[in-house]
Amino acid sequence: MIRFITRRLMFAVPTLIAISFAIFALLDLAPNDPTGQLPLTIPPEVRAQIRDSLGLDQPFHVRYAKWMEQFFVNEPLNLLEEAFDIEIGASSERPRIRSWATRSPVVDIIAERMPQTLWVVGMSYVFGILIAVPIGVISAYRQYSWFDQIGTFISMVGFSVPTFFTGLLAIILFSVMLQWLPSIYDTTHEVTDLSSFWVQVKQMLMPVMVLALYNAAQLSRFMRSAMLDNLNLDYVRTARSKGLRERAVLLIHVLRNSMIPVVTMIALGVPTIFSGAIITEQIFRVNGLGQLLIVAIQGADIPLVQTLTFLFAVLIVLFNLIADVLYGILDPRIRYD
Amino acid sequence: MPTEIPDTPRTHRSLWMDVWLTFRQHTGALIGVGVFATIVLAVFLGPFVHGVDPQYLDLQARNQGVSFAHPLGTDNLGRDTLAQVFAGGRISLAVGFAAMFLSLVLGTAVGTLAGYFRRLDGPLMRFTDLFLALPLLPLLLVIIMLFRDTLRNAFGPETGIFFLIVFVIGITSWMQTARIVRGEVLAIKEREFITAARSIGTRERRIVSRHILPNALSPIMVSATLGIANAIITESALSFLGLGFPPDFPTWGRLLFDGANFITITPARVLWPGLAISLTVLSVNYIGDGLRDALDPRLRDT
Repeated sequence: MIRFITRRLMFAVPTLIAISFAIFALLDLAPNDPTGQLPLTIPPEVRAQIRDSLGLDQPFHVRYAKWMEQFFVNEPLNLLEEAFDIEIGASSERPRIRSWATRSPVVDIIAERMPQTLWVVGMSYVFGILIAVPIGVISAYRQYSWFDQIGTFISMVGFSVPTFFTGLLAIILFSVMLQWLPSIYDTTHEVTDLSSFWVQVKQMLMPVMVLALYNAAQLSRFMRSAMLDNLNLDYVRTARSKGLRERAVLLIHVLRNSMIPVVTMIALGVPTIFSGAIITEQIFRVNGLGQLLIVAIQGADIPLVQTLTFLFAVLIVLFNLIADVLYGILDPRIRYD
Repeated sequence: MPTEIPDTPRTHRSLWMDVWLTFRQHTGALIGVGVFATIVLAVFLGPFVHGVDPQYLDLQARNQGVSFAHPLGTDNLGRDTLAQVFAGGRISLAVGFAAMFLSLVLGTAVGTLAGYFRRLDGPLMRFTDLFLALPLLPLLLVIIMLFRDTLRNAFGPETGIFFLIVFVIGITSWMQTARIVRGEVLAIKEREFITAARSIGTRERRIVSRHILPNALSPIMVSATLGIANAIITESALSFLGLGFPPDFPTWGRLLFDGANFITITPARVLWPGLAISLTVLSVNYIGDGLRDALDPRLRDT
């Protein structure tokens, strides 16, 4: 198992380095000038000084190496220091990746936005799985029944209709017409008692459900086909002929084996729903990571865009790795080492 | 004495006739073809029936509801919503087809090369894996931000952004096709008729173009249909995030984006473009589903 994991890791590291290079090089082509937004009265030599202070006078490979050092060494060290309240070396002299727009460290801005995204995205994924698994199981068990037909149709609709349309429809219905739910997510809202908790639930309901239904549509199809693959196998007949109750056959024998590809699929889907959250956050005005990325792109805040995009890449590579390892653990036949 | 052969009518049935016969049994796919054809026809022929200029500003008639002159109402500048949905649809569909075509060409080329030439297999598949690990939506947004102005200056505001969006969607969606085609080519390569072709001295290029590609056509066609759906959704998402087409050159996604701010006054502005996107993608997905069933010889018995 260890060998299997290390082999996978050895693929992941070069991939990440290649991606970081690609992202850095792409953004370096940017015609955007960080002093472009400043007033025209600033004389050219001051502009040059500003550019120097941002480190833009250095050649490409030096800047890339420095960015790598900041991302992979300095920022993790800072996070460690904050987490354990210790000091490692001369922490105040360590250069950090700073946003051009706000001049504050990029990692701090991201940490500020992280909770909103994690709450909305995480909850929607959990709900999506909770909806998808039972639907997939029932549609597979009663294949071609009316439940299966309707389920197939709804999930086809579910992943064909983009979230930016379902989200807006939900706003028209529940915020504009019925006025039950707020259409804008208020991040400053604090949960102190039961009534404020209820307000929080109400404002999370729409973004979470819109994303959850989208995730459930895809997962339930996958769950159904995984169940169908298993339902006709010999071990199911054996279990039935032993006299096991149908419930036990279905939920203990078939479900457990069908969950193997589904669990990997769930792990693989985590990064995708983060990028799906970019759109959902835009609809419901949640000021999470996705909204931060859009603002950074529109403001040409290159360091912030670089770091955020690379973080998304890290998520993808990490969850690919997790999915591979999970598959290896759950299904011993897969472990080709 | 020769045995009597029963006198059954033996009509010649080609592969595509078989495919069509199976496809016809898939109700969802048939409805999908109908809906998709209706949308395409409406979008291209609609302006001849409803001849209002989508960009005509009529400030006397702002935010109007349904009327005879404006069947779907007007927006905050008095532009006719129906005409805008037609105009947006033409661009959205054009982007969908063009981006699908680009990604199909790229994916088929990479897949065929990787599957046929063993030396290229490793590097090309690593390259594909690398692309699959890229955070696509953030990167698409970044590329559009970086090159929007350059291309707009080079080709003009409309063509420039069209090229850019088709290009970025095309080069970020070919990976699935490449993988599927590679698998198919790997299997076909080992078949006897390839050995036969090689034994009579057919050149490599001709083996690929005459013998391998035609046999790998079915997965390519299925991924083509799904590619259209994917490209339309991606373009709408980009436009919805404000980084796609400019407002005076609207697509369905851009209409949604612009309409979202007026959702309390004129919900119809959100409803129709959104419905158009959803119906198009849904019908294309059903067509893809039907095609997959029809082209799979294991499912197409007799």
